[in-house]
Amino acid sequence: MKALLVAEYRDGQLLGSYQELIGFARQLGADCSMFLVGSGSALPAFEGTLYLADAAQVGDYNPDVHKQLLLSVIEQEQPDYIVFLHSSYGWDLAPRVACSLKASQISEVVEIKDGTMVVPVCNAKLRRQVTPNTQVTVLTLQAGAFGLAEPPTGSPEVKEVSTDAVGPITFTGYEAAEAGGVDLSKSEVIVSAGRGVGKPENVSIIEDLASALGGDYGASRPVVDSEWVEHNRQVGTTGQTVAPKLYVACGISGAIQHLAGMKKSEFIVAVNTDKDAPIGEVADVLVVADLKQFIPALTEKIKGG
Amino acid sequence: MKILVCIKQVPDMESKFKVDAAGTWYDNADLAWRMNEYDEYAVEQAVQLKEQAGEGDITVLSIGPDKVKEAMKKALAMGCDRGVHVSDDAVSSKEPYQIASIIAAFAGDKGFDVIFTGLQSQDRGSGQVGVLVGELLGLPSVTTVVDFNMEGDSVTAKRELEGGIRAVVKVATPALFTCQLGLNTPRYPTLPNIMKAKKKELLTIPVADLLDVDPRQQTAALFFPEKKGGGLVLEGEVGDLADQLVQILKEKTTVLS
Ligand SMILES: Cc1cc2nc3c(=O)[nH]c(=O)nc-3n(C[C@H](O)[C@H](O)[C@H](O)COP(=O)(O)OP(=O)(O)OC[C@H]3O[C@@H](n4cnc5c(N)ncnc54)[C@H](O)[C@@H]3O)c2cc1C
Ligand SMILES: Nc1ncnc2c1ncn2[C@@H]1O[C@H](COP(=O)(O)O)[C@@H](O)[C@H]1O
Repeated sequence: MKALLVAEYRDGQLLGSYQELIGFARQLGADCSMFLVGSGSALPAFEGTLYLADAAQVGDYNPDVHKQLLLSVIEQEQPDYIVFLHSSYGWDLAPRVACSLKASQISEVVEIKDGTMVVPVCNAKLRRQVTPNTQVTVLTLQAGAFGLAEPPTGSPEVKEVSTDAVGPITFTGYEAAEAGGVDLSKSEVIVSAGRGVGKPENVSIIEDLASALGGDYGASRPVVDSEWVEHNRQVGTTGQTVAPKLYVACGISGAIQHLAGMKKSEFIVAVNTDKDAPIGEVADVLVVADLKQFIPALTEKIKGG
Repeated sequence: MKILVCIKQVPDMESKFKVDAAGTWYDNADLAWRMNEYDEYAVEQAVQLKEQAGEGDITVLSIGPDKVKEAMKKALAMGCDRGVHVSDDAVSSKEPYQIASIIAAFAGDKGFDVIFTGLQSQDRGSGQVGVLVGELLGLPSVTTVVDFNMEGDSVTAKRELEGGIRAVVKVATPALFTCQLGLNTPRYPTLPNIMKAKKKELLTIPVADLLDVDPRQQTAALFFPEKKGGGLVLEGEVGDLADQLVQILKEKTTVLS
């Protein structure tokens, strides 16, 4: 069984997530080769063939160019699996490659069970085991689901690949994330507001608890998108990554993108009306209650000593 | 300008889910249904685009059983002009490639200038249908769009990358865009618009007229994840809960010392 792993490179850096691809291939028991649009000066560590396109020549991500490069490698390598991360790169490129190959794509694999792929359903409340009907299968892996205990070693045999493909989409530049403001990464206590706060007026309930605990308040993305809380307090993949001594998630369901930003917290308390909310997976304590009643009661007790 | 928006109706994610009799999907009974969150951004963007251009015709399409018309009526009340309901009682067993093929079969000869889909559906969450439609129709597709601006037949869009960085891209229409959270603020339909929506055209097409591909994958089983972690679950009266939590925080953390 052969797996072609698709590593990522951004802004002059090889992304460490390539190790998760290798971790996955080992679990699957597949021989692996790798594809990377990157640089010869930042090579992934593993034993096998690395098909390398020079990022300096190829330019910033252009889906049609990357697709053509990858298809030419697949033609040579004839893998059974083509494996991406379930990232902005993976979910843009994987379906294009799957479509060209007439292959099945299984998105956001979290686990291998009896040789088949398991993916989340309904905000991770359920799981689904999926079997492909095609010879070749394209996969995207959930970030963090597969890892290696030890970093991989070895140096790959590099085969250079290139293309003169161009595509209809033109990249014109990057825009940095909104900078400045609150740095939550140093906070010892963070109390975060999720959509469960219901309306902007209720954010003050969260702020009050945060200040009673001598900490800061944060928020999940919908609360930020609705402009109830400013962006520089967002926790998650597109916000900040935090690891306080105490994280209190109020009315937050526990989507993977939020968990990615806070699951390393030392102690996690979740307050949620839904006993089955996925935040329960990471919480040390799940308080099943309406935050509008519970949080003010808690704040009073804490202020009272 | 002709615009197509694809929407899916999904259960409220706070619902209590049950596995269905076949053991391959969730049981549809006793669930509250709504428009897929990502698709609300798609509908809003379509309506804003028409408003900015001062002209345009927006078709909203949804594949599913009769009840998906509820989500379509919301889209019509938000400002879409006509609805196409692809009637399919077995939609939950269709995989992303089949869904995309159905949409592409419908859109093939209609000459849409702009197609909007959501980045992903909240239940299946494959994040594939939009891009597959683009590939099947031979149209460029731009994913994870958080900003959209069209001038003439040129669109400048911002794609969201990890860490909140955005890639700015330019593309000429016809093209397809998959919409990410925060692209805009979806409007609430007003009562007069809900009344008007009732008179808008809502065409039904049987799925068999549009589907002629076999599934490329199937669901072997649907199940609940094993509960790990072993966290404590506290239930009861609010005052007691607060006392219990304060006690726990005193014992297990240093923040209340
Ligand atoms: C590419 C990408 C990047 C993303 N980046 C981020 C990110 O950086 N950060 C982030 O947070 N999200 C991010 N998201 C969004 C993420 O997928 C979820 O949509 C989001 O985290 C959900 O926020 P939430 O939990 O506040 O809302 P919901 O999922 O709507 O959950 C609300 C919760 O509140 C509970 N609730 C309701 N009422 C009450 C009440 N009265 N009392 C107590 N509980 C109540 C409900 O039971 C539910 O569990 C990203 C998504 C994508 C696709
Ligand atoms: N049954 C459906 N009817 C119409 N559009 C759909 C359907 N399923 C998915 N889509 C569209 O495809 C997007 C991505 O869905 P998915 O690939 O399932 O994550 C959704 O946001 C919708 O815009």
